[in-house]
Amino acid sequence: MTTAMLGAPPAAADEEPPPEPPKVELVLDVSGSMRARDIDGRSRISVAQQAFNEVVDALPDNTQLGIRVLGATYPGRDKKIGCQDTQQIVPVGPVDRNQAKAAVATLRPTGFTPVGLALRAAAQDLGTGATTRRIVLITDGEDTCAPPDPCEVARELAAQGTRLVVDTLGLAPDEKVRRQLLCIAAATGGTYTAAQSAEELTGRIKQLVDRARDTYTQTPAQVGGGEQCAGAPLLAPGVYTDRERFSEHRWYRVPVRPGQELRASVSIALDRPVNRDHGVLLRATAPDGRELVRGADAGSGRTDVLSAGLRWSAADPDDDPDERDDGDEDGRDDEPVDGESGTDAPVLVCLVISNSLSPQAGTGTNPGMPVELTIDVVDSAPGPGAPDLGRGWLLLALLTVAGLLTGLLAGLLTRWWVATWRN
Amino acid sequence: MGTPTVRRLAALLAATGLGLLPAGAALADPSPSPGAATVTKAGTSFLTATAIAPGQPVRVGASHGEYLYWTFPAAAGEVPDIGATVSYPAGRARTGAATWTIDVFDGLRRRQACTAGAQTPTVPAGTPTVQLGCTLRTVRAWAEPWSGDPLPGTYYIRLSVTGVAESDLGLPLEVELLVGTDGDGDGGDGSLAAPLVPPVKAGKVLTDAEANAAAPEEDDGYDLGDWLPAPSSRWIWTTVGGILAAVAGVVGFGLTRRR
Repeated sequence: MTTAMLGAPPAAADEEPPPEPPKVELVLDVSGSMRARDIDGRSRISVAQQAFNEVVDALPDNTQLGIRVLGATYPGRDKKIGCQDTQQIVPVGPVDRNQAKAAVATLRPTGFTPVGLALRAAAQDLGTGATTRRIVLITDGEDTCAPPDPCEVARELAAQGTRLVVDTLGLAPDEKVRRQLLCIAAATGGTYTAAQSAEELTGRIKQLVDRARDTYTQTPAQVGGGEQCAGAPLLAPGVYTDRERFSEHRWYRVPVRPGQELRASVSIALDRPVNRDHGVLLRATAPDGRELVRGADAGSGRTDVLSAGLRWSAADPDDDPDERDDGDEDGRDDEPVDGESGTDAPVLVCLVISNSLSPQAGTGTNPGMPVELTIDVVDSAPGPGAPDLGRGWLLLALLTVAGLLTGLLAGLLTRWWVATWRN
Repeated sequence: MGTPTVRRLAALLAATGLGLLPAGAALADPSPSPGAATVTKAGTSFLTATAIAPGQPVRVGASHGEYLYWTFPAAAGEVPDIGATVSYPAGRARTGAATWTIDVFDGLRRRQACTAGAQTPTVPAGTPTVQLGCTLRTVRAWAEPWSGDPLPGTYYIRLSVTGVAESDLGLPLEVELLVGTDGDGDGGDGSLAAPLVPPVKAGKVLTDAEANAAAPEEDDGYDLGDWLPAPSSRWIWTTVGGILAAVAGVVGFGLTRRR
């Protein structure tokens, strides 16, 4: 009815610009296999070089871009040396376009494919900070240097404090490469694309670099949930991240004053292979363990996150307590307030997140899966009372008929009264 | 009375702010508002969802297997209606069937039911396009905290492929999406203190002292608004009813007069 009530979507609601520019690093595989001439009759490396040039030309002004290569310098056969072969050729920062293009132009396909090491180094290049970092990994071959397994590295990097997303681009239609890149992407909440033409590659890298600018957000606060309600961290409104292992319970507490409403939502990311059916449960309980409300979601099949949310409002102290005490026959104090009901002391509502996910055989369980918890506390909204006014055609008809009857009655009475009075 | 007439009448009445008749079921695909700029982006998570407005068309290139997020606002009485089309480029054949899913979540990331539309269509290999749709329930102005009814605020759309041959992942594709709104503007009585718009700022862990700090003083004064019903079409209805009753009274009185 009123558009003034419209909620601003999250992106628009964020008034303050994030404290630092978006940072993205392109990681390019320059291993020997990039020589293969199988993309529109051109070699993979020349297609990648052309794509990089176009991306650098179209780079948004405020985006800080770095470029790292792997397998670019060591032509020998010694795996030990070849698997250390990764360099940053353009440091993360405001880009000097000519210098970046010159650096890319000199690349020649050479050595091994130490993807895991390159990812780790790229994460270091991007540094730590309060906003999302993005790595775009372009490769045509499987990692030839494991351990470290690049997928494990990705999961380990994602579990560190800074939010890091790895988007992957595969240049060869190879099953092993695809599996590995899908695993890296899933572990960090990134994407996988199979690029099979220069146009596709350029378009996709540009899109990912733009996305780094459009979607980087303030990293949620890290919090470690408790094992039980007592002593669990006390949360103010805002967004938090945590990690939860399979079948683990994580507890948090939120102070909610009488007359306020708690809003909580949780998302748990499926960053590793899990069995087909899955679920997440968010429960709010009183400090004594009584359940107040729950939110749950379940599903099966491929998905990125499972989310659930709940609302709960503390009883308003202005309300008549008798209205809320029904069913409390033993007469005990039913208030979840810490012993002193009727005051403005906040109720410490406990929130517990649990999951019914199960790992596929061979899936690691540590660190836990990323959890995103959003807490908000607003004024509670009392239910609408009986409407004092009416609406609808029936109301109009009723009022009209009532008016008509009253008029008729009044008229008849007047006539009778006049007749009687005259006699 | 034909359905088009009913709908036109409903639209007319809704436009006059009365909202007298329920609008016909929203079966037609949403159409873009004139002059709305096309959005060419999509977010990749709830926090990074791209904001769109109803009537604003979205056209974005993506990879098979990506999770695409958008967010749009909805107000009480509206019936959001989402339509999406996924097109695969010619020449990059899929090897297996694909199941696409459009999931809609409210501001608390609670899954919202679709009352109509192809929410999870499965297409065999070789089909070049997939059509998806989802019509939500009417957004209520107020609901009990324990209920899952749709409420005013932010809504999230997630478009993803949920069943797919692994070898098909990563293929390029194009997504078109449009959110329309229908509904007669009547979301019932009551209102929320704040719409369901989630905070996006990083939170802060409190100490015991902060958590138990005294509540900010609120002025508990009464004002006229507390007992007067909120402005709504009920005022108009009731006033019109009163006038009609008065007129009918006069007419009734007149009928009893000797002619």
